[in-house]
Amino acid sequence: MPDKLSIIVVEPDRDRAMLIVDSLAEAGDYDLHVISEVTGLARKVTALNPDVVLVDIANPSRDMLEELTLASGPLDRPVAMFVDQSDDGLTRAAIEAGVSAYVVAGLKPERVKPVMDAAVARFHMFQRMRTELETTKRALEERKVIDRAKGLLMKARGLGEDEAYALLRKAAMDQGKRVADVAQALVTTAGLLG
Amino acid sequence: MTPQVLNVGFIPLVDAAPLVVAQEMGFAAEEGITLDLQRAPSWSSLRDMLVFGRVEAAHMLSPVPVASALGLGGTGAALSAVSVLSVNGNVIGVSNALAERLRAVGHDFAFDDARAAGEALIRAKPQDRPLRLGVPFPFSMHAELLYYWLSALGLPAPQGVSIHTVPPPLMADAMAAGELDAFCVGEPWGSITVENGAGELLLPGRAIWQMAPEKVLAMRTDWAEREGALVGRLVRACWRAGRWLAEPGARDLAAELLSRPEYLNLPVEVLERSLSGRMVINGRGDTRAVPGFVGFHRGCASFPWRSQAEWIAHQLAARTGLDRDAAARAGAQAFRSDLHRAALSGTEADLPGASSKIEGAVTGETSIASAAGHLSLIPDSFFDSRVFEPSSQE
Repeated sequence: MPDKLSIIVVEPDRDRAMLIVDSLAEAGDYDLHVISEVTGLARKVTALNPDVVLVDIANPSRDMLEELTLASGPLDRPVAMFVDQSDDGLTRAAIEAGVSAYVVAGLKPERVKPVMDAAVARFHMFQRMRTELETTKRALEERKVIDRAKGLLMKARGLGEDEAYALLRKAAMDQGKRVADVAQALVTTAGLLG
Repeated sequence: MTPQVLNVGFIPLVDAAPLVVAQEMGFAAEEGITLDLQRAPSWSSLRDMLVFGRVEAAHMLSPVPVASALGLGGTGAALSAVSVLSVNGNVIGVSNALAERLRAVGHDFAFDDARAAGEALIRAKPQDRPLRLGVPFPFSMHAELLYYWLSALGLPAPQGVSIHTVPPPLMADAMAAGELDAFCVGEPWGSITVENGAGELLLPGRAIWQMAPEKVLAMRTDWAEREGALVGRLVRACWRAGRWLAEPGARDLAAELLSRPEYLNLPVEVLERSLSGRMVINGRGDTRAVPGFVGFHRGCASFPWRSQAEWIAHQLAARTGLDRDAAARAGAQAFRSDLHRAALSGTEADLPGASSKIEGAVTGETSIASAAGHLSLIPDSFFDSRVFEPSSQE
């Protein structure tokens, strides 16, 4: 086995891929490749013959890597989801962080650990960013819907903005729903009625 | 009493219906459980969520627990199938280019004859290279049906056929890029391919095997053996959901439930096709009626027969060079007819006396020995009329 571990990062998003590569490069001296185009993924991975493959758990193309575990030819190196029976904490930590790792069978856990530690830290950061982004996006969308619902009420019932909002809030409380949900229902209904 | 919450993973497919119905129609609540249904991005991720305890149970491809028992894929943690959630429900489709060639060799797209369709496919396929087929996962009934069908017709892998894993959302792109000639997927992906004009449907999976166990209710074996009471509640809730799904009229409501954003988030109209067995097979809107396109209850559908697991193990072993008898013995243990039986004994469910049967031998509705004496099996033939005799006859 060559001294340098070769690692493939499967990641369609270029910026994310660069961030992963950077943090792996800080963690050690590795031979790093990025695959961003998933067409023929299993074939590309086989051609590069890596020791470790890292892929986002949320990436559906991960299933394409599963067929590598079936490889049986003399030149193929079986790749398995990394698991060390004596300590599955590493795999568990990876799954919690949202990264899956395929590792060549027989590779010593201590050689993989720094790779995984760096990947896990990076993916935790991605998860936080993803959650923040989604929360912000949802809040923004909800704000828009509430504004439209307020507008509809102001027009239909001749209310001021504060009164319209108070009406929405009361309806939400009476129905045990969120203001955004009541607003969405109102906007949808108004759309149907024309 | 507060219901006990069970985390259950699923892949957004029509055949997740028993889990969705169990939760939404109150069958889970009747058993004092709440299903926290968690949508997973891929089969490998769902399997790992199960293995590492993120979920207690999962909607799973029937060959996955068997493959794990054979040491293929995953971490090797033992998984158990305690119920069959659905039988059949897959569809084989071809690229637009291959559909044209099929018509050129005179194929009628009758959608019911696996031999005729397969022979036409062999005549129409590119002659200078293997036929390239996509399946959602290496350990899937999709892959097993394709290998069985095409090798029986004289197109063996790997010389004549290459079967690769392509996640269903990427199948259309792979066909457009010329990476795939055809595919086998679960609904709604066949119908979505037709809707997007990316291909045409050639054959329902059940034309190859009329009673193929498709998805199972899977759990970690150590968990299943430790939590017998919870397993019982979940199995009963799913069994009753399956029985409800078999009632006429239930399927419209099921399509509505599945279409919700938290489940499949797709138009009802697309989901109804497979549930009602009226498939639209091409962009011109030609339809084909497929009674029993997907089954949840009839013919003892939920029973995890050891012989089904053995058939799967046998197929996997043949392909991967494992010892077939040893694989069949190990694989049969992944389908837990004993736990299924324990969960349903003393309920209204009638259960077969045996746990293993000759697969493919039932050609008409047949009464079998059962606890209450009114259980029938429905046809389970393979298209080539072969039968599979399990070694573990009881």
